[in-house]
Amino acid sequence: MHSSTRGGRSPLAHYDSIFKTYYHQNLECGPAKLYLEDALKSLFVPAYYIFLKDSRSELRTRYALNALFMFVVTALSIILFSLGSEAVSSDVLSGILWVVIFFSSMSGLSRTFVSEEERGTVATLQLLTRPTPVYVGKLIFNFFLTLSLNVVISLLYLLLINNFVIQSPAIFWTTIVLGSAAIASASTIIAAIIAKANTKGTLYPVLSFPIMLPLLMTVMNATRLATEGAFFAEALGEFQILISYTVVITTASIVLFEYVWKD
Amino acid sequence: MKQITLSIESISKEFNRRIIFENISFSLSQKDSLAITGRNGSGKSTLAKILCGLLTPTKGKISLSMNEKEIPAADIHRHIGLVSPYITMYDEFSGMENLLVFAHIRNLGSAADGDPERLLRQFGIYERRNDEVRTYSSGMKQRLKYAAAMLHHPEILILDEPTANLDEEGAATVHKLMRVQTGVGILIIATNDAKDLKFAVHNIDLNKVNSVA
Repeated sequence: MHSSTRGGRSPLAHYDSIFKTYYHQNLECGPAKLYLEDALKSLFVPAYYIFLKDSRSELRTRYALNALFMFVVTALSIILFSLGSEAVSSDVLSGILWVVIFFSSMSGLSRTFVSEEERGTVATLQLLTRPTPVYVGKLIFNFFLTLSLNVVISLLYLLLINNFVIQSPAIFWTTIVLGSAAIASASTIIAAIIAKANTKGTLYPVLSFPIMLPLLMTVMNATRLATEGAFFAEALGEFQILISYTVVITTASIVLFEYVWKD
Repeated sequence: MKQITLSIESISKEFNRRIIFENISFSLSQKDSLAITGRNGSGKSTLAKILCGLLTPTKGKISLSMNEKEIPAADIHRHIGLVSPYITMYDEFSGMENLLVFAHIRNLGSAADGDPERLLRQFGIYERRNDEVRTYSSGMKQRLKYAAAMLHHPEILILDEPTANLDEEGAATVHKLMRVQTGVGILIIATNDAKDLKFAVHNIDLNKVNSVA
């Protein structure tokens, strides 16, 4: 019996090659690709929904927003009254800006874990997903909260403090974004640790200060460069430190968080 | 069909050097049911927390296997549903929002389509699904906990004080659920209520710390 051929090959050989291609794509390379996709999905999908849950919860309860807003208004008013018409150098003003940002962050960022602990929803969350997506979701939430807070503080500071003039806006706003990421990465893991403690309020800034000291010195330097009108390239060293700090703290936090989150 | 086995090997729990219980061992498989009984403070809730991974035992090992393949400790939550007084819903969200948030965080995707509505109807709180949980009575909150626990169709259902805060109708729904669970998976209840104990074949009395095979 004669069978038709395609390009000199039998139909059997043709289907065999299709099968081999399918096997190669879906069974040899496929599982590794699928495994990676699954791993990313099981991390980022829950993390994204934890971020959405926290954002919606914050907009309804205003646990952190009220505390942050009150602190910023009070701190800026005191600075404004105490400076009066004094001509203060931009070095000092850069430092004061980051003092306000540091203590504002301390007054609100711990809420992300403390509110779960106080409301008794920790066990609920522990039963829903692995620890890492919880940490990543809270980190994303804290990053956006810190970034919005820092943008508001910076704009108010620029408007209210006469001597504080930014000559290099690119350096200044890059510092604000990278500084927010660094503050969020450090404050999230510290918040998770202190949420289990009895003296949450006092412990948070006390624990945070030594961990954030290198970060604060870097952002103050970068802000000073922005006020002096330095070129963007001159601040690259500071930005590298901020990125490295964020990467190191976030990586260490992901490893540590599993032990902090469970009893 | 999935064959699930929960094995507990010589677990003990201490809090600040105070021994709550020690050397508890048992193994449960598909269609098994276990009651954990004992007076107040005997460690019923502590044992329930250890079984679902919320607490780690001071000594001993817990393993969960599906078709003889061990499930990593980090994934145990996918197979367990827990209803307990220490589980709290998000007060600022409605009942429906709570279930949707849980389904998304569990990454159930389309698998959960329609389940929140079905479960809210099953536990009799569908009419109040859009009200904030802070306005619910304690019985309604308990019903919502059941809906949340059943969202991912768990193979193991752990109920700590299953009918606490429930009226007769609510208790009947829970008893029906317990009956169904004993036919398809593993049921563990921590209670001293005689009406609930009827649904368990095995029993651990923490006053005596008996172990079952």
